[in-house]
Amino acid sequence: MATITTISQSVGANRIVPTVAIPYPVGNPTLSEADEEAMRYEMVERACNALATEITESTQFE
Amino acid sequence: MAKRVIFYLNQFFGGIGGEDKADFAPEFRAGEAVGPAVGIAGGAGDIEVVGTIICGDNFYGQNEDEAREFIAQTIKEQNPDILVAGPAFNAGRYGFACAGACQVANENGVIPVSGMYVENPGLEHCRAFSWVAATSDAAAKMRKALPLMANLVKKLAAGEEVTPDGDSYHAQGRRECILVEERGSTRAVKMLLARLNDEEFETELPMPTFDEVEPAPAIKDLSKATIALVTTGGVVPNGNPDRLQSASAQQWNKYDISQLDELKGEYYTVHGGFDPVYCNEKADRVVPLDMLRRLEKEGKIGKVHEIFYTTTGTGTAVANSEKFGIEIGKEIADAGVDGVLLTST
Repeated sequence: MATITTISQSVGANRIVPTVAIPYPVGNPTLSEADEEAMRYEMVERACNALATEITESTQFE
Repeated sequence: MAKRVIFYLNQFFGGIGGEDKADFAPEFRAGEAVGPAVGIAGGAGDIEVVGTIICGDNFYGQNEDEAREFIAQTIKEQNPDILVAGPAFNAGRYGFACAGACQVANENGVIPVSGMYVENPGLEHCRAFSWVAATSDAAAKMRKALPLMANLVKKLAAGEEVTPDGDSYHAQGRRECILVEERGSTRAVKMLLARLNDEEFETELPMPTFDEVEPAPAIKDLSKATIALVTTGGVVPNGNPDRLQSASAQQWNKYDISQLDELKGEYYTVHGGFDPVYCNEKADRVVPLDMLRRLEKEGKIGKVHEIFYTTTGTGTAVANSEKFGIEIGKEIADAGVDGVLLTST
């Protein structure tokens, strides 16, 4: 889970979830608390689902 | 005065024997250049051959302390200026021994020179402080390797400047300050123009080459899977009890999060490479324990791994990062974790 996904790719990460920003990859202080939590929940769930997805090469889960 | 050069060879190149003699205990042949050392000494100009240390590869591997002590002692007695180990080509044990000999030389103020193939595992142990000629992977190319090493010995003995490209050795990874005519902006614009015109140009900052990793198989059943949290975001318990560095990390740390539902209030970041305000308000914005815990409670994942792993990813050397990754990966694999969420800032 990273914001600069090209770096993730270049170091050999295979399941990549693009994130929000460098200081808060899985957060967003400009949102209300409820919206931020909903967003984080969705991202973390997406990342877990990525782990359960068969892939053959480096893949972004957007 | 001619510089004094000492050589290090294994049992095979030292003429003792093959695999059956790999246990050969180290010995020193005073005044003698043996095997490949003859070729190197012959091309290295005005040097004085102090002698050759010969040591079996298995002996070195199994009695490293003793072998290194022998090399150190011989160096103290013979007082050489340069130590030449190998060439080891792509031979793993020999490369490891040559790297060790170079290390001992370096510790004793002796210039270490060797020759290895780029993938020799010994290279990483000595390249930072040694001049390791870039050889092919097999001893069949001995005739090409020896002049490269001889050239390095000759120039280093004479105190001449050497460069990785000009003298065919593995870059040491050091940065040096040099004076150039044009300032950086001019050089950068010229490089850009050359690139746009499809002309040759040479980057001043070559990118390291990266590994490709085979994807791990998918988790079969998420609802039974243990998921671990790992970060390079420098997230640590408030007060940073283990003093994780804020940049150029020398360590990774692990913390028990089994009693926590979120990191907020308990953890903050010491990462020196981004504005910490938002993470310090709620560290789950970097390490999403809160939502992973929710997924655990909902039964979507089996379990959040009790231990959370952390380091700081800014300015951290690739070699250290690889080491941390291997160490953390081993602990996680041993603990039976099925998947990892690695967050990066």
